[in-house]
This record gives sequence, structure tokens and C-alpha cells, in this order.
Amino acid sequence: MYKLLLCWRYLRTRYIALASVISVTLGVATMIVVNSVMSGFSFEMKSRIHGILSDVIFESHSMSGFHDAEYHMEQIMRVAGEYIAGMTPTVHVPAMLTFKYGGKMVTRQVTLIGVDPKTAGNASSLPEFLQHPENRKRLSFNLREGGYDTHDRQSGEDSGDRDVLADAGWPYRRWWAAREQAFEFDAEQAMRVPPPEFEGAEQQAGAEQAAGPAAGPKDPFAAAQPKQNVFNPMQEQHAGLVLGIALSNYRDQNNKERFLLMPGDDVQLTFPNAGNPPRAINSYFTVVDLYESKMSEYDSTFVFVPIDVLQKDRGMIDPTSKVGYVNSIQIRLKDERDGDLVRDKLRAAFPTELYNISTWRDKQGPLLAAVQMETAILNVLLFLIIAVAGFGILAIFFMIVVEKTRDIGILKALGASGRGIMGIFLAYGLSLGMVGSGVGMVLGLLFVIYINQIAEVLSYITGHDVFDPSIYYFYKIPAIIDPFTVAWIVCGALAIAVMASVLPARRAARLHPVEALRYE
Amino acid sequence: MSDAHPIAPTARIPRRRVGSPALSVPRVELTAAPASEDASPVRLEAAGLCKSYRKGRVAIPVLRGVDIQVRNGEFLAIIGQSGSGKSTLLHLLGTLDAPDAGEVRYNDLRIDNLPAAKRDQLRNQRIGMIFQFYHLLPEFSALENVLSPLMIASGALAYYRRRRQHLARAKELLELVGLGHRLKHKPRELSGGEMQRTAIARALVAGPDVLLADEPTGNLDQSTGEEILKILRTLNSQQGLTIVMVTHDLAIAEQADRVVRLVEGQVQQV
Repeated sequence: MYKLLLCWRYLRTRYIALASVISVTLGVATMIVVNSVMSGFSFEMKSRIHGILSDVIFESHSMSGFHDAEYHMEQIMRVAGEYIAGMTPTVHVPAMLTFKYGGKMVTRQVTLIGVDPKTAGNASSLPEFLQHPENRKRLSFNLREGGYDTHDRQSGEDSGDRDVLADAGWPYRRWWAAREQAFEFDAEQAMRVPPPEFEGAEQQAGAEQAAGPAAGPKDPFAAAQPKQNVFNPMQEQHAGLVLGIALSNYRDQNNKERFLLMPGDDVQLTFPNAGNPPRAINSYFTVVDLYESKMSEYDSTFVFVPIDVLQKDRGMIDPTSKVGYVNSIQIRLKDERDGDLVRDKLRAAFPTELYNISTWRDKQGPLLAAVQMETAILNVLLFLIIAVAGFGILAIFFMIVVEKTRDIGILKALGASGRGIMGIFLAYGLSLGMVGSGVGMVLGLLFVIYINQIAEVLSYITGHDVFDPSIYYFYKIPAIIDPFTVAWIVCGALAIAVMASVLPARRAARLHPVEALRYE
Repeated sequence: MSDAHPIAPTARIPRRRVGSPALSVPRVELTAAPASEDASPVRLEAAGLCKSYRKGRVAIPVLRGVDIQVRNGEFLAIIGQSGSGKSTLLHLLGTLDAPDAGEVRYNDLRIDNLPAAKRDQLRNQRIGMIFQFYHLLPEFSALENVLSPLMIASGALAYYRRRRQHLARAKELLELVGLGHRLKHKPRELSGGEMQRTAIARALVAGPDVLLADEPTGNLDQSTGEEILKILRTLNSQQGLTIVMVTHDLAIAEQADRVVRLVEGQVQQV
């Protein structure tokens, strides 16, 4: 009883001891903030990576792939059907993206992915990251008649103003096609060689002249269309292509988002065919949507096209059976945690000489490991701060024991045991730890909860962005409070406070009562 | 009782009730008191006590074979010059320190070599102590200071169950020493005499048989010292409390029943 009462009195009267636990408070608060933000970041990152990569990836070693995706999917279902929620075949090829911008040819290195628009949504979150609401519901490689998002959907309405996308789609395509045709028409007129003076030729030209105006007065360039089978960008599109948004957008000096390519533009892709030796294939595609996962690595390299077009262009279709080859099968599981189990089952069932089977974690292992490592090191460093605080408590406690020598003697003279005296100081250490880590916990949690507001205030005070969304691809600082981690941190701080008080408490317990009483 | 210090009593003789009903609390007998036909039984006894302090390599003897007997209900004063070892003797009697040689007996049971827990219990319940510098706990109020031996005696829960009883007893004692109006005051808000009276109440709260007083008036002016002495004498005469008082002042010592002088580490009867 006297222990608790004394401990309480000491706590209320010794402010210097409270000062010594400020470092515990700060350490606990910082650890909570860092852990929450780090787990927020890694959660966001994981969910982004995971959104793009499916849970398990079944792929061939060779670029020409394996034959008959249907058959393979059946086999996979047979091996691990009870875990699988959906599958989709894909073809992955390194490729070169070339397009015209400002009169110059621009070339980008990309990863070309052939996806099946019907099943792509079953196995990955590809459609969720598109800019047209209809495409998000159901992926289509046909160019839409406008209606693309004009703001950055994932980061809220206050950011990412994209007014230019209002015209994207067919209106934009018709506009540039018209402009180009006008330019071509002028060039053609200027370079026109006088027609040979045949009678037949004269007649043919005359018929063309007559047909042109008849097509409609609204279209003054119809006359320039020499033949029907020539591709007309006004009405036609090439095969559809979904472009990673970072291949197209950039920020100008006013931090305004600008686009090199928009839905409606035509691009050229160069990729190897499946032959031996591989030869480069050139093919035209029309951008139908932009893909924005907020993972810069993916947004700046991924280009999606319909799988059948890619199979045809690469010569991946068996001429006799008309069944295509694919590179890989993306598998989505009912429960993501079964990934390793399914991977191992599939590895046992399929020859690993031919197939490479991995989970999304395996694929992004280095990145995830790096984040984990960073968190671990930060935790060690911050815990050292609390340990340093422990030494502060130790020093202050020795001081208090010296100061309280006489009281210790009195208590012993009144019959208190050494254990009892030790108990006072251990309880004192524990309660200091509780105060320190409790306040730290509250501060840390408040900081995490209001982290974005705090960042805003800091930006306002310092005058520049504390958290630059264009660097991190997050518009808000993500933070996840894990109660278990918080509990661990608080327990660790308490343990350190108690451990720091053990030595002074033992010293107090061993004080000789007569020596202590003589102290005046 | 020639056999060596039995912890368990071999013979149990009913103890004479010496305290007033208010001051006597039921307690466990540590051992049996010896029967004495003519005089009161010996309550506290020192036999051949030796104690020396080390100063570097040299041992400075303080007590060289002190023999002293304190009978039940006796008010004994020990006088001696500063440094004569009075306080050391009192500490040895109160088991705060261990003698180099000799024995301390309480009710004919040797107590100087008891295990620490037993000695703690003895100090807590049987031997009350007051000091020249009062030695109150500065964080506690007068009432809490008086209660502290009871708090030490029992765990938090046991204390909580009997807190009313304990509180009533502490208040009663504080009123007995004339401090009924100062219950909530911290030691620093009390005068020297008030502090010493609080210390007396604290020493008595667990109902001890023996009060050891180490220069109780040494830090007080004459009239206040007289008041303290009056309280001690009253306790001795009315409640039969055995008191051993150490002082350097003969005038104060003479108010006791018996005075012994401590000279060169040995006792001389006066």
C-alpha cells in the first residue's frame, strides 16, 4: 500500500523525472507515426502491384509461349480449381512504341501485353485503372465517343485537372484527321503533276469530280479520298490500345498535366514476331484509353492490346488448328493468402523446365523486401532512441534514490523490507513508463490521424510542399494504424522504463538503514 | 531460557496486559516472556554488545561489551557524550544494525540474528522508534505518516479492507499527542514539536511494547522538549509503555525512572 501511495506522490512531485520520460514519449510517438506511414505506403504499394499482377502467374520461359491456353487453364483448374476465382491468358512482349508529336517521331520502350478483353477483369484489376467509366465496367478496345474522366479519379476531385481529356475519343480523332487531311490535300495539290492527256483518264477524273461534291457539301475533303480501301482515320480506327498514362503525360512548369497522346491518337508498335530468327513487326494501333495504376513503374511501361490481334501479328496462331499460343496465364485466387500453396501445387503438376510459376510477391520480391528492410531499420533506430531514454531514466532514478536515502532509511526503520523498497522504485519506473508511453501513444495516434492536415499546415508555414504528390503518386499520405504494432511499441517502452529502474531500485533496497538514517 | 533463541515458543505464559484498551491491538506472540517472581520481566536486553566502525583499515570500537536490561514498563534513559555510541546502541536494540559480538534479546528471544523478514516484522509491530530529526516522510501528511507502519504491515487489499479501523486508530493517536487539528498537514508545514509528536504517534500506531527514542528533544527548544517528555512520561505511566531514551542532556535524562551512562563503550549505572 505504501508503495503505491509513495509512488503516486513521487510521480506528482518529481517533475524532473517526468522530463526524463519526454524522450520515451517522443520515441513512442515517432515509432507509431513511422510504422503507420510505412505500413500505409507498403499497403498502397502492395495493393497497386497486386491490382496489376494477379495472385499467381503461370508463364512460359520462351517468348513464343505455349500452345492452347484453354487446355492449360483446364489443367490448372484440375490441379487447384478450388482456390481459383478467375483466369485470363496474356501475351507479353517487349516492344517499341513510336508516335508523332510536334512533327517529330518519338520512341518509347514498352512492355506490350496482349489481354483478352472478355476475361481480363476476372484475373486482374486492369479495367479498374482505366479512364473511361464504361471501360471500367467492361473493357473494350473500341474507341469511345468522348466521356473520359476529366479529373484524376483516384486522388479526389481537388487534384489532377485534366480538361483536355474532355474531347478525347472520336471527336479528337476527327479533329486531327481533318487537320491532317487538309494538310495532305494542300501538299497533294501543290505537288500534283498535270494528268496525262488521255481521253479515258479525262473521263475518270471527271467522274471523280462529280462524285466528290455529291458525297456531301459538309465534307470538302471527300474529293481527296482516292480509293475506298484506304484507311480513313475520320471513321476508322486501328486495333485498340490501352496506354500507360506515364508514357503520355508530363507536367509543365506550372505543374499542369499535359498529354503527348490522348485516346484517339494513332501509334506504331514494333515488336518481335514468334518466328526464328525473330523479325520486327510493325503495326498501327489506336489509343482507346489510358491506364493509370499510380505505380510509376507500370504506368510508364505497360501497353495493352487485344490478345487476338497480337497473336495474329506475331504469328502465334497455329495455321491448322487456329488455336493461339500465349505467354502466360494470370490466375486470381479466392483468397490471396493461398498463393504459395497454389504455386507449389502447380509447380508439382507442371514441368518447371517449360513453365515458370510464381506469385505476385515472388515477382515483386525485391521491392517488397526493400520496403520491409527500410521499416525494420527505422524501427531499430527509433527503438534505440527509447533505449537512450531508458538511460536518462536510469540516471534520474539514481539521483532520486540518493535524494530519498533518508526516506528509505525511515521506511526500513518502520519495518519495510528491501523488496518493498525495491517495489516502490520499480512501480515508479513502471508508472513513469506508462505516463511516457501513454502520452506518446496518444500523440502518435493523433499525428497519424491528422497527418494530412499537419502536412498542409507545414506546407503553408514553410511555403513549399512537404509531400509532393507527383513524386509519390499518392495524393494523400497513406497511414494505417495497426493496433498490434502500437501495443508492441508501448510494451517495449514500458519494459525499457522498468529495466532502467531495476538498478537504482536494487541500490535502494540494499541501503543500510543506519547509513541512510545518519544522512542529514 | 538457556537454550538458543527458539523462534517457536516452547512455553507460553500469558502476557500481562499493559496497554490501555485503546492502545492494545491483538497481535501474534513472537515468543514467551520469562516468568519473574519479584520484578517485572525483562523486556529488552543487551548482553556483551560490541560494535566497531571501520575507518579505512582501522576499526574504531564504539561499543565494548554493553550489558543492559530493560524491564517491562520501565522508562530508561541512556546518557553519554556525542560519539559515545548511544545511537549505535539504540540501533542495535532496534535491530536496525547487527552487533559484531553479543546478543540482543527481546522477551528473552535473541533477535539480532533473526532473518531479515522477521526483524522487519519486529520493527514494524513490536518496537517503535523516534529520532532527533523526526524522520517523517515529506511526501506524506501527518495522518499518512502515522498510518505508514500499518500500510507497511499489510498488502494493499488487506489495508483497504481495514482502512476505517486504521484511520480511526491513527486519528485517535494524533489526538492523544495533541495534533487532532493537523491531520492533513505535510511535515514541512509542522513545527518541530508537532513533527516529533507525529513521530511518536507513528511509533505507537502498530501497538509496540517498546519505544526507542533517539534524542527526542535534541532538536527542540526547552519548553517544546518538555512537552514531548511529558507525553513520553504519560505513555509510560498510564499505558505501561517501555521506553528507552538516549540523550546527552542529564536534565532530560533525570526525568526517566532509571539512568545509565555510556562511557567508553560501556555502561555505568548512575
